[in-house]
Amino acid sequence: MRNKLTTIFLGLLLVSVPLFAHHGAAAYDTDKKTTMKVTVSEWFWANPHCFLKFDVKDDKGNVVHWALESSNPADMVNLGWSKETFKPGDQVTVTFMPVKNGNPVGRIQNVVLANGQTLSARVVF
Amino acid sequence: MLKLLLARTTAMVALLMFTPLVHAQTVSRQQAGAVENQKPAAAPRHDISGIWDPGNNGIQPLGPRAMPDDGKPEHQLPYTPLGLEALNTHKPSNGVRSVLPGETNDPVVYCDPQGIPREDLYELRTTQILQTPLNVIVLYEFGKIWRAVWTDGRDLPKDPEPRWFGYSVGKWEDDYTFVVQTSGMDERTWVDRAGRPHSAELRVEEKFHRVDHDTLELTVTIDDPKMYTKPWVALDKLHFKLQPPNFDVREMICSPTEFAEYNKIIGNPASGKGAQ
Repeated sequence: MRNKLTTIFLGLLLVSVPLFAHHGAAAYDTDKKTTMKVTVSEWFWANPHCFLKFDVKDDKGNVVHWALESSNPADMVNLGWSKETFKPGDQVTVTFMPVKNGNPVGRIQNVVLANGQTLSARVVF
Repeated sequence: MLKLLLARTTAMVALLMFTPLVHAQTVSRQQAGAVENQKPAAAPRHDISGIWDPGNNGIQPLGPRAMPDDGKPEHQLPYTPLGLEALNTHKPSNGVRSVLPGETNDPVVYCDPQGIPREDLYELRTTQILQTPLNVIVLYEFGKIWRAVWTDGRDLPKDPEPRWFGYSVGKWEDDYTFVVQTSGMDERTWVDRAGRPHSAELRVEEKFHRVDHDTLELTVTIDDPKMYTKPWVALDKLHFKLQPPNFDVREMICSPTEFAEYNKIIGNPASGKGAQ
């Protein structure tokens, strides 16, 4: 039921939100949606944006340091996120918009936590 | 048997009584305020005090709600040539003219104060208003900032030293409408997130209208003859809902160290200024 609600909510957000909205929309590939299963290294809960850090091995086996931003704590709290949402070592599935220039940076759209709970991020950035 | 029933009933009554209290303390802002389907009480006279929440309508990422910078013809402002020239020096990170995060020169991004009118026109969140015998104090969540509106009959100062938040005087237009005039605003501030400019000649009018006990409306008019050929309405009756007096307002503070960290990890790589 919660997942259904989240999907509907996400759907509504994507439909109702102007495309070139907030800060940094110019940097993002707003048409691309990438999903990755990752292990959290750090969750930074701060203004102007919270961000989630994790490491991923590329094809050559090199470690790539990724960082994904969300909105600020005031916005995120209203969507059910908190400073405690992630701990280093948490295994989560994150869906995000990557930046256009190919750097390992993006904007979170939603995350599925280890306990199965889905949290949606504020797409109106 | 009777004793058991009594004990269970007492426990249940206690639980029912306790639960709403706990709920109220952790209540989200959407649930706070007036009970659904109940007509709110009448507006008190000469009183806009309280903790007021505009919901998400105060965030205004594209510029002021009544005049966003979205490229639509009806939202094109009546710039003077000087106004247009000033606009083009501003590189916002929102709106149709937005640049990459690493390229913006928006002073607020670097933690400069928003000032007036921008404190009303970007990231306007839960706002507390206090009334004293001589002034009205407005406390803003974003930036954890406050300002004083003088109600002691003084005039606005002539040729004042500029202040980020200017100088404000206010009076009651009628029993439920408090009108504020502000001048002397520092030219370094932007009018809004989209980068609309203003000069030292800017005059801002804010009308706070107490609609009923639980509702406040804010209308903001921008008047700057150096930058705009006529006044324009930036906020048109933005709706605020009264929160309970024990509502805990969040902190939203621009920390230079947090911003530097953000730029290092996200802002600069997103702008192609080098990965971390």
